[in-house]
Amino acid sequence: MVKSGTIILNTAARFLMPLQLMFSVFLLLRGHDEPGGGFIAGLVAAGAFTLYLFAFGVSATKEVLRMVDPRDLIGAGLLFGMISVVPAWFMGQPFLTAQWWTIPVIDFKASTPLIFDIGVYLAVLGSVMGMVMALMEVDKDEP
Amino acid sequence: MQFAVLMGFVLAASSPLLNRWFGERTSLLLALFPALIAGWLLSQAPLVFSEGPQLLEWEWVPSLGISLTFLLDGLSLLFGLLITVIGTCVLIYAGGYLKGHHDIARFHLALVAFMASMLGLVLADGLLTLFIFWELTSITSYLLIGFNHTDIEARKSARQGLFVTVAGGLALMAGLVLLGVASGSWSLYEILQSDDDLRQHALYTPLLICLLLGAFTKSAQFPFHFWLPNAMAAPTPVSAYLHSATMVKAGIYLLARLQPELGGTGMWVTVLSVVGATTMLTGAFLAIHHTNIKKLLAYSTIMALGTLTMLLGIGSDYAMTAFVTFLLAHSMYKGALFMVAGILDHETGTKDVTAMGGLRSVMPVTAVIAFIAALSLSGMPPLFGFIGKELMLEAALGAERVQLLLVLFAFLAAILTIAVAAVIALRPFYGARHETPKTPHEAPLSMLIGPGLLAFGSLALGLAPAMLGADAMLTSAATAVSGGALPVSLSLWYGVNVALIMSVVSLILGFLLFKRWDSVRGQLARLAPVMRYGPEAGYEGLMNGIVRFSEWQTRLLQNGYMRNYILVMLVVLIALIGNSILLRHSPQLALTLDVRFHEVIVVATMAMGALFATISRSRLGAVVSVGIMGFSIALIFILFSAPDLGITQLLVETMTVILLVLVLFRLPRFSNLSTNLERIRDGSVAATMGVLIFLLIMTAWSIDQFETISTYMVENSAPLAHGRNIVNVILVDYRALDTLGEMFVLALAAIGVIAMLKLRHGETEGKAVDGEKASVKEPYDG
Repeated sequence: MVKSGTIILNTAARFLMPLQLMFSVFLLLRGHDEPGGGFIAGLVAAGAFTLYLFAFGVSATKEVLRMVDPRDLIGAGLLFGMISVVPAWFMGQPFLTAQWWTIPVIDFKASTPLIFDIGVYLAVLGSVMGMVMALMEVDKDEP
Repeated sequence: MQFAVLMGFVLAASSPLLNRWFGERTSLLLALFPALIAGWLLSQAPLVFSEGPQLLEWEWVPSLGISLTFLLDGLSLLFGLLITVIGTCVLIYAGGYLKGHHDIARFHLALVAFMASMLGLVLADGLLTLFIFWELTSITSYLLIGFNHTDIEARKSARQGLFVTVAGGLALMAGLVLLGVASGSWSLYEILQSDDDLRQHALYTPLLICLLLGAFTKSAQFPFHFWLPNAMAAPTPVSAYLHSATMVKAGIYLLARLQPELGGTGMWVTVLSVVGATTMLTGAFLAIHHTNIKKLLAYSTIMALGTLTMLLGIGSDYAMTAFVTFLLAHSMYKGALFMVAGILDHETGTKDVTAMGGLRSVMPVTAVIAFIAALSLSGMPPLFGFIGKELMLEAALGAERVQLLLVLFAFLAAILTIAVAAVIALRPFYGARHETPKTPHEAPLSMLIGPGLLAFGSLALGLAPAMLGADAMLTSAATAVSGGALPVSLSLWYGVNVALIMSVVSLILGFLLFKRWDSVRGQLARLAPVMRYGPEAGYEGLMNGIVRFSEWQTRLLQNGYMRNYILVMLVVLIALIGNSILLRHSPQLALTLDVRFHEVIVVATMAMGALFATISRSRLGAVVSVGIMGFSIALIFILFSAPDLGITQLLVETMTVILLVLVLFRLPRFSNLSTNLERIRDGSVAATMGVLIFLLIMTAWSIDQFETISTYMVENSAPLAHGRNIVNVILVDYRALDTLGEMFVLALAAIGVIAMLKLRHGETEGKAVDGEKASVKEPYDG
């Protein structure tokens, strides 16, 4: 039922998607200090793919996603969330205590909250994309 | 120690990879894990013997009092050694038994995970930690019983085992919470050390009932015993390990652990003695009905579990000595016998003992192992099982309550057990050869090491209990169970006494029963119509009842009409909110008209959006106007300087509109189905809800009960959490546990949506899922 888009939509989607994805990563990384964070960034990324989906349909989007099933993204997100719990154990600290490391050369603050936020990002992206793509696929079969 | 247990789970998770790399040698490799832990436990033994209980602490969530603390004393040492040593034997054995099985990685995964859970269970010091490991053993047991998941019987048995043990687990949880409340501590060590007498506590009776329910279901005590024989659907290594040597003893472990604190009251003694003795006799009596060798062994395991419970009930020093001795003896010979049963099944292709015979000549080693282990089961000198049985009879004779009943039951059970032992040791190996589905050969070495070790262990411990350190080990364990120092010194000869005479008489009667076993079975078959009304029938009835009830309430409440769901939810909310606002608080209406012009415009837009959504006759129009509302809310967030909320609201609104639009295309044409009366009803419910929410917000605004924590968060988010965005810091740091939970909820919801859509999707392609029609018939209507 959802037809592939017009030329304007197609062209816009092709250029907007990478920008939106970069923006989502930007939001994800700045989230701890400025407005942003994993949840918002995940929604922006999902929006990017959805736009592409509207323009080019399910199979083209699947190609862009390169064999990555949204359901696997959900799992990966949960896994990241769980992994971020682990370092505190090794430091002998209570469950979920945040750990911070500074990576010297690029002066980047890595931390377990960041890993956790990446988990949120992936889980949100995977959940939304999973639902949208499942809905689109149903549409495809029932004209 | 914590590391070792957690490593077990990591090892379990990596077993598919290990199987890919090491192929058939994986079992041997994995067997190193329990062997190493056994070695470590042995190295700790002298310390435990000389210094008493060892605590290994690891604070986990200190603010909730949850810590991953392990307690190593005589009892947990004995159990830990049983789990790891028998675990090593079973893993080596499984390598031979399941050789070439296509799903062996899944087997390793569940078995090693079980091993780690069971170790955690017997070593746990925290009540909650103990409970979590307890449930983990139930779940891994479920996976292992249902290992052959294409077999409907295996699935049914697995489900039955799970339901019975998890239902008990719920009771256990209640019991442990009550115990924690009554004692004021969540640490077993502290509870056992404290001077408070819980027996006098007002909560003693309810907490004991809950704990007993948990222990009795797990350890297959009458009337919950029926799940254990059905669990024999599992592969034999599993039966040998979980359903005779370790998991079913978890309930016994719990009772033994709490005996010093809770035991000795009239209730404890009576309930445990009577239930234990009844279980003991029921198990032994039902055993001789069966010709399936695994069922025979399963019922004789029930008999042993009953014996252990009975001994804990009796509670004298003698009974405690008997308890630890019998526990060790039973785990060894029953593990060996189960593995022998697996060898017989594996080599002959049948589990029916009457279909086997004369196997002694082709399987001499197996025959010797079976003979020794069965001697220990029947309690013949000089096997270790003899010592256990002597002590058990002696303890029953010395019981203070219901002594006559206990002695009679113990005596009858002994006779029946001897017959069972004879059936297992003699029937398959002597007499004329029978044709069997497979031509039997001697089992491979990997399948003989485990049972051989356990059988000869029974012999060695019987001949020289003091030399092999059994005395020291059992002294330490018995001390932990009785709560006071209790030296154990075992020997084969206690002189001619009543127990010995009972032993000899039961031996003769048991052997006679074995001789007439075939005709006795014929007689017993006539009882079949009565036996059908056992506890299992009760279980079936209950389960069917639950299914019928849920069908009825699903038809009533979850009929697939969206409007009904919303109506039910709103009415409930109205009742709850109305109750607390109107009856408990007085509604406040302190309106201050301090609003600016642009705010009024935003709110007016919102109101118009809502109004249009209700009266619109076009779905797309309604969706868009709901979207307008959402965007206006985002605008309000931004106006009140909450950019994060604003962005989130904006994005969520966008996604909602997209999802709604995708769904809209699939809906039937817009039409009016509601009558006017229904519309008035819906309208008034909606209006009431709106007014109530308004009142709620106004009232909540004026209530200032607690100091706000936002100042704390504002002040500390940068120095403590290295972040200036407080919203994000709350999400990923302050309240990360909540977020983690929400992530799982989100994932579950998404998977649910995908599954439901794919299910419908499958139906349209003609791959209909029979029986379970997609639950939604007409999900949305105009």
